[in-house]
Amino acid sequence: MKKHLLSAADLTVDDVATLFTTAAEMHDVQHREVKKLPALRGRTVINLFFEDSTRTRSSFEIAGKWLSADTINIAGKGSSASKGESLRDTVMTIASMGVDAVVMRHGASGAALQVSQWIDAAVINAGDGTHEHPTQALLDAYTLTRRLGTLEGRHVVLVGDLTHSRVFRSNVLLLATLGARVTVVAPPTLMPAGVETWSKDVGFATSYDLDEVLPTADAVMMLRVQRERMSGGYFPTSREYTVGYGLTRDRLAVLGPDVPICHPGPMNRGLEIAADAADAAQSLVLDQVSAGVAVRMSVLYHLLAGEGGHA
Amino acid sequence: MPAPDPATAPDDPVTDARTVLDGSDINRALTRIAHEILERNKGAEGLLVLGIPSRGVDLARRIASRISQTEGVDVPVGSLDITLYRDDLRRQPARGPQHTEVPADGVDGKVVVLVDDVLFSGRTVRAALDALADLGRPDAVRLAVLVDRGHRELPIRADHVGKNLPSARTERVMVRLTETDGHDEVRIAGSWEGDAR
Repeated sequence: MKKHLLSAADLTVDDVATLFTTAAEMHDVQHREVKKLPALRGRTVINLFFEDSTRTRSSFEIAGKWLSADTINIAGKGSSASKGESLRDTVMTIASMGVDAVVMRHGASGAALQVSQWIDAAVINAGDGTHEHPTQALLDAYTLTRRLGTLEGRHVVLVGDLTHSRVFRSNVLLLATLGARVTVVAPPTLMPAGVETWSKDVGFATSYDLDEVLPTADAVMMLRVQRERMSGGYFPTSREYTVGYGLTRDRLAVLGPDVPICHPGPMNRGLEIAADAADAAQSLVLDQVSAGVAVRMSVLYHLLAGEGGHA
Repeated sequence: MPAPDPATAPDDPVTDARTVLDGSDINRALTRIAHEILERNKGAEGLLVLGIPSRGVDLARRIASRISQTEGVDVPVGSLDITLYRDDLRRQPARGPQHTEVPADGVDGKVVVLVDDVLFSGRTVRAALDALADLGRPDAVRLAVLVDRGHRELPIRADHVGKNLPSARTERVMVRLTETDGHDEVRIAGSWEGDAR
């Protein structure tokens, strides 16, 4: 495994298998009375979040704490960054304190890569702009693997706001590595520019018609409509989006009761996913959250525990 | 350590490995250990046999099944991984943890018998005791090993030993079990031979 986790493309099939095996063991810790493992004792992990996040940040924080690392959260808002300090100065300051890993979320695509070139500590990309979010892809694939057994040859359908989705980008890369057959579905306005060539390189299909794709799906991943990244004009009304691309009660019936449904959260209930689908027995939304802690423990462990782990 | 016995060594063309326990020796040793455990515990009441992966788990299962046969009651058995509790974790590349499986009613109030194949420095057992403490509070912890080869680096000793095997620090003791290796055998070699400990 590489020193940093910046992109889902950094991971080989073997890396993923190792991470998942470890994650499964870490998962058991959640059910223990003493939720503490000593593996990262004396290591320091900084969660540096320049964008809002509840589940990712708390999930990394819990993961670090359960492995006995000292975990410190720094939010972009209210930090020196809001006083006009450059990203480089902020990061170099933190690195000078002697940290072992920086978990970073930033609004600019490529920010994590940039930071990894400045500092010595391991950098984990927890979302950079509309680029990537590799640990989300890992926990999605982990959750689906536990449900489906293997993803090899399985048809995974990703639906939603692809243009703004780093979850989509990391997911197609990882799912391709794991041998899944992937179709991504979005309205033409939310299909990223250049997807034609990229989809050929990575190996996934694109579609504008959800109803055509849904009957052959082995798993469905609904993506959030990211209103905060939209300046408007991507679709006429919310209602129209729901009719064309929402996982409605009717589409839930087409899926049947056995096809797992994922959503990275936070959900816009009634927009991209109906409450019936979000709360259905086949919905893995909460499994994803619980897997998130285990997968992030596994990532922190493999990046930091061994002799290559930064001390 | 004793000089290599010319009658049995070398039985390996590459190294001077020789067999110190064969299949039936291992069988007898495990049967004796099972009886010792029962004698010490005055029955199978409250026993929980936990193996340390990987070969300790196979040995734990064998010991538990012998106890069950003797006493006619099922003795719970499980595995206790110590990877995350090792004191040399950061001296080598990170290794994935192996499976820990403890019966649903936990270790509280049990007499836990830890089982491992070879007792050497004692560091594995130290790690196992820490791992166990995170799972709960057993009434007592005992240690059973197939081979005690000496050279302790910590104040730890086994309660039940299959064979005391005086060895030099540089020698390698290799345990082969049917479950993982296809046959039962314990060998000692003067030089490194692959997956030795």
